[in-house]
Amino acid sequence: MSNMSMLRNIKLLVSLLVVVGVGAYSVDVSRADHPADPPTHWAFVPPVRAAQPVVKNEAWGRTPIDRFILAAIEKQGLTPSEEATRTTLIRRLSLDLTGLPPTIAEIDQFLNDRSPDAYQKLTERLLASPHYGERWGRWWLDAARYADTNGFEKDLPRSIWPYRDWVIKAFNRDLPFNQMTIDQLAGDLVATPTPDQLVATGFLRNSMRNEEGGVDPEQFRVEGLIDRVDAIGKSWLGLSVNCAQCHNHKYDPILQEEYYKFYAFLNQDDEPEVEIPEEKILRQRGEISGHIAKVEDELIAATPNLDQRLSDWESQMRPLEGNWSILKEGSIFASFGTKFDRLPDFSWIPKGDNSTKNVYVIQAKSPLQKITALRLELLTDATLPFNGPGRSPTGGLFLSEVMLEVGGQRLPFAEATADFSRVLYPIKNTIDGDTSTPWDIEAGPGLRNQDRKAVFVLRQPIEVGVGGSLTISLVQKQQDRINIGRFRLAVTDQPGPQADPLPSPVRRILSIPASARTTAQKREVFNAYRVTVAEWAVQNERIAELWRDWPYGSTTLALKRREEPRETRIFKRGDWKRPGEQVVAGTPAVLPGMAAGLPRNRLGLAQWIVDRGNPLTARVIVNRVWQQYFGVGLVTTPEDFGTRCEPPSHPELLDWLAVEFMESGWSIKHLHRLIVNSATYRQTSRTTPLLLEKDPTNRWLARMPRLRVESEIIRDIFLATSGLLSRKIGGPSVFPPIPDGVLVLSYGGATWNQSTGEDRYRRGMYTFWKRSVPYPGLLVFDMPNGDQSCPRRTRSNTPLQALTTLNDPVFMEAAQALALRIWKEGGATDRSKIIYGFRLCTGRQPSAFELQQLTRFLEQQRPGFVGRTASAVYVAAADPSQIPEDLNLEQVAPWTMVARILLNLDESITRE
Amino acid sequence: MNYQDEIDVEHRKLLARRHFFRDCGVGLGSMALASLLDRSVAAQEQPTPGQKIAASNPLAPKRPHFPAKAKRVIHLFMAGAPSQLELFDYKPELVKYNGKPVPAELVKGINYAFIKPDAALYATELRFNRHGQSGAEISEALPYLSKVVDDITIVKSMTTDAINHAPGQIFMNTGSVQFGRPSMGSWVTYGLGCETQDLPAFVVLSSGGGISGGASNWGAGFLPTYYQGVTFRRTGDPILSLTSPRGVSRQMQRQSLDTLKMLNEHHLEVTGDPEIATRISSFEMAYRMQESAPELMDLSKEDKATLEMYGATPGKPSFANNCLLARRLIERGVRFVQLFHEAWDHHSEVTRGVKNQCKITDQASAALVRDLKQRGLLDDTIVIWGGEFGRTPMVESDPEANRALGRDHHNKAFTMWLAGGGFKPGITLGKTDDLGFNIVEDPVQVHDLHATILNQLGFDHTKLTYRFSGRDYRLTDVHGVVVDKLLA
Repeated sequence: MSNMSMLRNIKLLVSLLVVVGVGAYSVDVSRADHPADPPTHWAFVPPVRAAQPVVKNEAWGRTPIDRFILAAIEKQGLTPSEEATRTTLIRRLSLDLTGLPPTIAEIDQFLNDRSPDAYQKLTERLLASPHYGERWGRWWLDAARYADTNGFEKDLPRSIWPYRDWVIKAFNRDLPFNQMTIDQLAGDLVATPTPDQLVATGFLRNSMRNEEGGVDPEQFRVEGLIDRVDAIGKSWLGLSVNCAQCHNHKYDPILQEEYYKFYAFLNQDDEPEVEIPEEKILRQRGEISGHIAKVEDELIAATPNLDQRLSDWESQMRPLEGNWSILKEGSIFASFGTKFDRLPDFSWIPKGDNSTKNVYVIQAKSPLQKITALRLELLTDATLPFNGPGRSPTGGLFLSEVMLEVGGQRLPFAEATADFSRVLYPIKNTIDGDTSTPWDIEAGPGLRNQDRKAVFVLRQPIEVGVGGSLTISLVQKQQDRINIGRFRLAVTDQPGPQADPLPSPVRRILSIPASARTTAQKREVFNAYRVTVAEWAVQNERIAELWRDWPYGSTTLALKRREEPRETRIFKRGDWKRPGEQVVAGTPAVLPGMAAGLPRNRLGLAQWIVDRGNPLTARVIVNRVWQQYFGVGLVTTPEDFGTRCEPPSHPELLDWLAVEFMESGWSIKHLHRLIVNSATYRQTSRTTPLLLEKDPTNRWLARMPRLRVESEIIRDIFLATSGLLSRKIGGPSVFPPIPDGVLVLSYGGATWNQSTGEDRYRRGMYTFWKRSVPYPGLLVFDMPNGDQSCPRRTRSNTPLQALTTLNDPVFMEAAQALALRIWKEGGATDRSKIIYGFRLCTGRQPSAFELQQLTRFLEQQRPGFVGRTASAVYVAAADPSQIPEDLNLEQVAPWTMVARILLNLDESITRE
Repeated sequence: MNYQDEIDVEHRKLLARRHFFRDCGVGLGSMALASLLDRSVAAQEQPTPGQKIAASNPLAPKRPHFPAKAKRVIHLFMAGAPSQLELFDYKPELVKYNGKPVPAELVKGINYAFIKPDAALYATELRFNRHGQSGAEISEALPYLSKVVDDITIVKSMTTDAINHAPGQIFMNTGSVQFGRPSMGSWVTYGLGCETQDLPAFVVLSSGGGISGGASNWGAGFLPTYYQGVTFRRTGDPILSLTSPRGVSRQMQRQSLDTLKMLNEHHLEVTGDPEIATRISSFEMAYRMQESAPELMDLSKEDKATLEMYGATPGKPSFANNCLLARRLIERGVRFVQLFHEAWDHHSEVTRGVKNQCKITDQASAALVRDLKQRGLLDDTIVIWGGEFGRTPMVESDPEANRALGRDHHNKAFTMWLAGGGFKPGITLGKTDDLGFNIVEDPVQVHDLHATILNQLGFDHTKLTYRFSGRDYRLTDVHGVVVDKLLA
């Protein structure tokens, strides 16, 4: 287009603006005069496959999508644009399907492939690429509010990357979206969940968690659930369900009661951190178990009178458990504001802050007239690390001192026994009056996470009277974070009790007649006996050694249904401290109800969400996929299909796609094929004065929109183009260089162990995402911060972005690497080098003007670097000490300047 | 279409037009972008087309709903929650009850973060005196503020919903205890735009420790990310990546940008996509930021008397430097400056802690008020001072945690002060009971404070809204009443 024609166009445009009269300073967008809602909102009626519309230009079009688009284009008096060049098409497809630019070889191959199905083959190759799952997985992770930390003040790291990897894999294998939904919302509730399905429930666990000192864990558990309702609403239903949390809203189709009915589906779970069964770990464990079993088998085989010996031993091990009365009534208070949950079995479990040492003080009413001893049970729990019973990262704890006070008097203990102690840290340490010596229950890998118990016998029995006040202190002064998890207290009036030396599971087995025990149970009893046999010391030590190598895998956050159901009540004005009427799980009345056969739990909810009759889910998903390709959805608000949303631009197309999507078996890849093979998608993104005037927002798609790529893909493009990118998929998040002075804003500081090797150059989506201090190089390009589900990103264009791509060391390093690449691979002449660099960045050949300008710039830069000046050293290499000996800095530095311009071209970070 | 979408579209068209009319016509070297955006919108009934177009940049200056008393805001956020009982809310009655358990009926049903409900009451160890014409009662820990009491508006009757730091800070800054809402600075820049295009519209400075609420304190939530606060670093470049890479001189940077501009213009011509014009202007603004920021940050340009008044030392990051920098930022047209000083969480030894923090902050806070007044800026600048909640009249003491003579979090009553921007100087609003526990007169909820601040900036807080998720959201949610008693 010439300048003159553009000028004409702009004059037209200006006159148009005057007529339209944009309300530039009216910031009021409230619509008090909103018309009454229609009786049935379109989005609440299940979609029906619309007939293909009639169009004038029947020759145009490649997939059924095109008819719908063309009909609208024609209605506007426009015509579709011509097809984009093949170079543009391959770059567009590569960025859209994999988030990576095509290599020059890939471009050339496509340009040279003259077969009629070259484009389809390219599409299939890209859909089959493992990087497809990364690109579209990240699309889903926006809605899933994925992050690598817990948020709030402490904002501690969490391990939930296995969920992120599950998402990538799910997209790569085109897991049908209805199944993907069920796995994420209820993977743990299906008949026989696979480990993958447990990992998938991480979707719900992506909520933030407050571990600030002094928080009430219930308040923030509730807030986590509110977040989950919100995330499901935005990701699947396109409904802002959360508005009804506090009260009914005028325009909201969801009533407050319905909000809490929906919430009730999610209110029934524990929140464990589970180990993921990595193949390598499982194999090693299998080997270790095998070796251990072999030693045991040999012992068994070499002991002819084993059965007799076992039965003798068993008869000596008669139950020591006397009459223990559990302390049921009472309260607990801890240092540093730690708060506790009370479980139905009267055990306590601390929640929230665990950053310090601690003292738990329990005020209890005595259930007995007289007390001779106190029992402490340390109990495993799914919500503790590796089931606990402690709160250390491995589920361990240190107990420094146990104290019992009655009437302000500390009562001395005469004896303490436990079912397990480390030699150097015996249970006696808890009654020695010295807080620097603890009891430790660390039994080593594979053995440590078990229930334990200890009994403390008073020097003198005490008459407290039933209901008398007891104060028990569990002093934990050894080390920060190594505190007790779940525990329960009991007292007895029997003389001389001791802790049962047998582990509770073994004790339970012993209550089964020997003949009725399973093989595994028999083996467990044998092992309990085995460790007591002095003559087997060598074998026992051998087995202990084998256990020491027991490996642990990575963990992830998942959900587990509670055994004891929770009741759900409406919170008056949304205040969790003001519970109102009780509600049962149910779906909102404006939508078709749940089928009778569906369970009223998360599984039923998930099945209802992906039911063929649910009017929202398929529409919401196809709309968000559409948005990713065209910048704007057919419905502009992917998070809101409610009664106040703008009607879709192409309602029939939306419904057609939704039906097609469901009938294809909810295949996301099928949806991609429909879109990318369409003539609509294959149009050029060049615009004309007419199109700019008639359809400035490109709502009617008579051209393809040009879109600046997403935040993380800008990084990917810089790294891929320069050759630095690691294409490794998945694994723990990584720590690329972060500017100084960023982490100082984090409460309590943050550790950022900068990654080395290839992890320094991983794709943007693997960057460790710290909610309170998001990675600046990604945040600046509108990466969502993960506080909430984000189905629609902003696409801003700001000076801070320009500063980042020009000056940030990570981006400069890419320019330096690109210069070296151009230098090495770009041929002999300046011209060939410029062309090569230009193609690496944009995919296409430069125009004569572009070539000329870049050549001029190169020449302009050269004199400044003559003489191996410091400037040349700094510009040429990220780390001057790493410059290869044979490199001529004077020659390379000007190319870094050129490479920096190439990478900063608008086109380089734009999907044309 | 959303208001913001309209803005974006108009902005694109505007830039394309400017680009072709001016830059392509006049020549590349002129860089007439300094006048890219009309600097002000005259107060006429009907805006001219030019004004409409100018206002289409998301950060171009915009006119509020009605004539405003204030144009800009400096928020001194005292994160961690300073003790109102050591600073402003003097309770002689508390002396009588010192060491006695708090009356049970007062704390019924209340859970504290750290202390037991039966903790003892604790009278302040600091002395209070009346100051100024207004006779405001101020603690001895604030000798400098005492001298400007007639210029500030004290609110002793603030209340908030949260008692933990992160939610409390998020509530004070976004009007919601839940994360994900836009911050006050974002709302204000969304509503008013910015008077400068050479600097970010909304700047965040920090001293003290890391901030409990994190980046969400200044986040844009669901507003377009243009309105997000930009954090300045304490050392090095204030703005990340402000300095060109090592070895790249100013001339080389300019040459690079000129070449980049030519190539981008060339591609704009080929594609006709106005977004490229925006990109070109972003690069030019970036360059202008590079040029102007060092001058902005150079406090040595201030006269000695000013530096002494603030207690600022050029080159040595401090709260005082940040206060002075805040004044320099608003002088240059920045709309909203927020200083975070996270240092007030005195669970132990509250007297010593408050005194120490006052030594760091009192002089500069008072100097800021004085300096703005001297320069005639106080009339249309709102200064806000305060934390996320207050502290208990009860003592916090926990030998196991090594805590003694501290105070726990308290949300039922705390003190903030404001200055300038049409707030009534020299008054104290609100009263708490004899123990300083509950408010007995003129309670001011956080939403009310927000409504009042927006009112001074020319907004009806119920009408400064943004449609998201099917609802017109606002800073004040469904609450907030303008506190007329605070206004001149």
